Amino acid sequence: MAKKPVTFTLNGRESAAFAEEGQNLLDFLRRSVGDLSPKYGCGQGGCGGCTVLIDGEPHLSCLTLAEAAAGRKVETASGLATGPVLHRLQEAFMERFAAQCGFCTPGMLVSAKALLDRNPRPTREEVIEALSGNLCRCTGYEPIIEAVLDAAGERARA
Amino acid sequence: MSMIEFRKEFFRDERDDNLNEIGKPTRRQDILGHVTGRSPFYDDHLFEGLLHIRCARSPHHHARIRRIDVSEAERSEGVVRVLTGKDVPRNLNTLLSLLDFGLDDEPLLAETKCAYKGEPVAAVIATSEAAARAAVKKVRVDWDVLPHVLDVEEAIRPGAPTVCEVYPGNKFVYHGKYDHQKLRYGDVEAAFRQADHIVEGRYQMSPIEQAPMETCGAIAAPEVNDRYVCYTGTQALFFSLGTAAKVLSMPSSRLHFVGGTVGGGFGGKVDSIHEPIAILGAMLTGKPCKFAWDREEEMQVGAPRGAERWYLKDGVMKDGRIIARQFTGYFDSGAYTRLSSYAIIKGVGHLPGPYTIPNVSANVYCVYTNRTPATAMRGFGITGVDFAIEAHMDKGAEAVGMNPIEFRILNAYRDGDMKAHRREAKNCALVECCQVVAEKAGVRLSGEAAAAASTKGGGGERGRLPAHTVTDQDGRVEGIDTGGYARKGGGASVSVPTPPRPAAPQYQSAPTPAPQQAAPTPAPPPAPDAARKGALRFSSLSGFRRR
Repeated sequence: MAKKPVTFTLNGRESAAFAEEGQNLLDFLRRSVGDLSPKYGCGQGGCGGCTVLIDGEPHLSCLTLAEAAAGRKVETASGLATGPVLHRLQEAFMERFAAQCGFCTPGMLVSAKALLDRNPRPTREEVIEALSGNLCRCTGYEPIIEAVLDAAGERARA
Repeated sequence: MSMIEFRKEFFRDERDDNLNEIGKPTRRQDILGHVTGRSPFYDDHLFEGLLHIRCARSPHHHARIRRIDVSEAERSEGVVRVLTGKDVPRNLNTLLSLLDFGLDDEPLLAETKCAYKGEPVAAVIATSEAAARAAVKKVRVDWDVLPHVLDVEEAIRPGAPTVCEVYPGNKFVYHGKYDHQKLRYGDVEAAFRQADHIVEGRYQMSPIEQAPMETCGAIAAPEVNDRYVCYTGTQALFFSLGTAAKVLSMPSSRLHFVGGTVGGGFGGKVDSIHEPIAILGAMLTGKPCKFAWDREEEMQVGAPRGAERWYLKDGVMKDGRIIARQFTGYFDSGAYTRLSSYAIIKGVGHLPGPYTIPNVSANVYCVYTNRTPATAMRGFGITGVDFAIEAHMDKGAEAVGMNPIEFRILNAYRDGDMKAHRREAKNCALVECCQVVAEKAGVRLSGEAAAAASTKGGGGERGRLPAHTVTDQDGRVEGIDTGGYARKGGGASVSVPTPPRPAAPQYQSAPTPAPQQAAPTPAPPPAPDAARKGALRFSSLSGFRRR
């Protein structure tokens, strides 16, 4: 199998790894790059557990070819914190008990980050819309929505 | 967070601890890992040269296997090895055998026949998931398609296809004696003759998939100390460890299980299928092996909450009192037992619901059909029958022209009442819950219902056992060794040979008082002799047993 080098920016750092032919971005990030924060939930674009940002836009990495990341800026949940300082979304998720099993959390966080980056003061409806592609089977949607709204409020005050 | 109101006055017999945590926001201890994407789920352990396992599965509901040909699959690109049932050291198991309950009935990989669509017959181990998928299609099975049965009541009619040869009547056998679980309390037939209304209903639910966000899976790898490490998403780490040790015929001390970080389970991650297959792969290839379901498998072959069918018959007086309730229940266990036998024990212990009814009877069957085996899911054994009971309560209220909330308040357990399984009802609070529901729903209760309390009016006559309870021997099963119902091979019909295993400890009943003694006395402490096997334990499955 032919392998192709893929150079991209991962959470602000230059990164490069070999992608196998036909490899999806999820598998590439997890196995070839070693960023384990995007999760495999369905492999069909149905659950949002694998959500990453490419140039600031949420993408389902299980349905994206690894090569599509070449030369682009990729962001994942593992890059949300700045050193030991957590992103305010992470703080709000912790404060609001917005995770139970934690498997959907990385995807939720990056979808929420994309929303706040383009719309710092979203309404509740806009939060729900932004998270509508991310499933949570522990059904903690309410605390998740509250956490995103909390994070947005803090941002406005800051 | 202040939506929870504690009314501890209704729970005065419970521990009087002050609740320091419940009802107040608190931080999960694992939340930092969750929000940073660093919580170590089983698939977050990376191994160089990881091999991938995928199963070839039955396309039929029920079919005999004439021959399995894996030669083409073995030659397929990237394939390292193909496992079949012959590679499994002890290819017959029932999950609850770890609790000494039930007969081994299910192979890890089917050898002689498949009893549900999607049952695995071979496991391909390959260098990539894609290679494993391609090779699975090259496993050739020569099938002899058999008639199948998908309905619980059809399955127990004479002449129905036998789903699982271990239980030829398609019914689990309880305690080696009965083909169903019984509950008898008072005399329902006599009460039905006196009732003003007879209210009957049939209730059916569908199987429900747990659908965890993380699909079921495990990764196993050889360690350098003659052990195998197994990273798993199991909900029941020691249960999976025990099951793997049993089906692989190896001491559990050679297995190093790592788990506890579970991407949602809801009951669907107790069946311990992935761990033994992944470990077997690691044993036979010497390489790390991952066996995981994709989403389609999770939905199609992952064991759901089983479907239940209930028939309820109530005898109700004009004033709304329920004087008799009769249940006939059928749990659809699918092709194998897994945990359905246990679900029924829980369910029958719950009957007749939270209501004081002086005459109760139940026959509940664990039925085998050619459907996906069922297993645990949140409150399994209770949820289905509660749906039936509460739907039936509405029907009963309608029959006597009462408000359904008042009908429930009238019949609800009061503290001190006797339950049908012969335990005193305590700390009931159902009356108060009903009153709060009425208030929130804007339903105006009658003065009597509004004044009712779970702490008033219970006990006395309501707290006594019935003077007479009708018993019967319906469903008595002959030919199953009753000496130890869980003894392997105890069923007369067990035809599948099992490999020899180390002699299991023989369990003994606790010493009983001699019959001439007038009153029972506490059993003397067992002498420290060879017969003593361990501490006396109580289990809802098997009563008092010695470990």
